[in-house]
Amino acid sequence: MSGSSDKAAPKISVRRLGKSFGRNRVLEGLDIDCPVGESLVVIGGSGVGKSVLVKCILGLMRPDEGSIRIDGVETVGLRRKAREELLQKCGVLFQGSALFDSLPVWENVAFGLIQGRGMGREAAKEIVLAKLGAVGLGPEVGELRPAELSGGMRKRVALARAIAADPEIIFFDEPTTGLDPIMADVINDLILKCVRELGATAVSITHDMVSARKIGDRIAMLHKGRIVWHGPAAEIDRSGNQFVDQFINGRAEGPIHMEIRAL
Amino acid sequence: MNALASIGAATLGFMAATGRIVIFALTALATGLSPPFYLRVILRQMLDIGYFSLPVVGLTAIFTGMVLALQSYTGFSRFQAESAIATVVVLSVVRELGPVISGLMVAGRVGAAMAAEIGTMRVTEQIDALTTLSTDPLRYLVLPRLLAGLVTLPLLVVIADIIGVFGGYLVSIYKFGFNPVTYLDRTFQYLETSDVVSGLVKAAVFGFIISLMGCYHGYHSRGGAQGVGQATTYAVVSASILILVFDYGITQALFAR
Ligand SMILES: Nc1ncnc2c1ncn2[C@@H]1O[C@H](COP(=O)(O)OP(=O)(O)OP(=O)(O)O)[C@@H](O)[C@H]1O
Ligand SMILES: [Mg+2]
Repeated sequence: MSGSSDKAAPKISVRRLGKSFGRNRVLEGLDIDCPVGESLVVIGGSGVGKSVLVKCILGLMRPDEGSIRIDGVETVGLRRKAREELLQKCGVLFQGSALFDSLPVWENVAFGLIQGRGMGREAAKEIVLAKLGAVGLGPEVGELRPAELSGGMRKRVALARAIAADPEIIFFDEPTTGLDPIMADVINDLILKCVRELGATAVSITHDMVSARKIGDRIAMLHKGRIVWHGPAAEIDRSGNQFVDQFINGRAEGPIHMEIRAL
Repeated sequence: MNALASIGAATLGFMAATGRIVIFALTALATGLSPPFYLRVILRQMLDIGYFSLPVVGLTAIFTGMVLALQSYTGFSRFQAESAIATVVVLSVVRELGPVISGLMVAGRVGAAMAAEIGTMRVTEQIDALTTLSTDPLRYLVLPRLLAGLVTLPLLVVIADIIGVFGGYLVSIYKFGFNPVTYLDRTFQYLETSDVVSGLVKAAVFGFIISLMGCYHGYHSRGGAQGVGQATTYAVVSASILILVFDYGITQALFAR
């Protein structure tokens, strides 16, 4: 379905990835694979570098070391033209939504279709209305400005924008944060649908374990710059990994220390 | 020794910053060599820079022309040279004050707005989002602004020139009782094409500088609202200084002929 000649080759393959900001070593020797057509969920505490990982894979940040292969092609240090072609295959939901506030909602969703692929405005608008419908927003929302939306609505518009061009690889950075539980489940279903029906490969970041269990084929836990556990979503409760156990049970005590001082 | 070292460091820092800005400008301009071209965005920016700056620029231009007539009257009446006022007003406005004052006003209005808009887009990941939507931010955000600045400021300055000369005319006719026909005659008698052209060349350069500073500082802003505020300040201050520096440079270069 994805045009990859070798079925066994992972869609995304990250090796020994390292990234620091000054003296802050965020990622250090990180290895992870994501098979074609699967949904990988990355969990981990706040500030461990989940968003940085995604930005490195997309080439929005340049890693200090390591290798990132997409469809078997090395992407670190890719030239602009090749990077643009690669990004044509990707859809991204940013953690902060990152909607363009100078454009109405529908043009936001249509942006990749019109500017990126040169589609006509009328044709693009039809797709936009369908995608907005899929995230539970009516056509009247299309005419509003992003500033007029609630936080949850912005998130859903950003989601519609991420999937508007039916990408092969979709990155969701906290897709359900800030949504009510019912809408969160609608979004989970939508992500599953993208993976199951469109054959997309999805990498999602979340803190929400309900969502992680539902949308993930595989789950990976990021801590201190590397993946400390990964495995099928069904096995997360018997991971035998103390980091994972602490995280999924949400306990303050355990091997993960939150760097806080008592009041 | 220490003084030398710090002068050296400052010089190196200055050179590095200049280099970065030049590379930024060239990279942005190079995106214009191949499609896609965002004509709608360019037109939108031209409207922003030109049309919406008209009130501010018009107001400053008319007062500049008026005060110029007043001041030159004060000077020239001391040696019975009142007849030169028309020429002085038109030459000063067209060659110098029109471009410089419009440039400074637009730097405050448009340069700041550009830095704030692009800076906000940077810190809210909108620029990253552009990239992932297969749109080069330099091509989509920066190039249209550079071109719009380059093209629009000369147009704006033509209008500022006319309004400025009209300001001088008003004061001369209604305050000093000059003959309108003679005044207008004198206004155009010694005005040469090269005067107008040199003013418009300045305007084009200033327009480019304003957009470049707005885009550069906005594009490289970091650290939330505070960073955006800082970028805005840098954009206005650096554009204003560069306008005055380049003003001297261009005058000097064109003066030789
Ligand atoms: N542009 C940047 N410049 C400097 N430091 C950064 C930058 N982006 C991220 N960091 C640092 O990298 C670390 C990881 O940030 P990241 O945004 O990836 O966290 P996260 O895992 O996504 O957290 P959250 O779940 O809260 O979103 C943080 O310590 C942060 O301070
Ligand atoms: Mg994050």
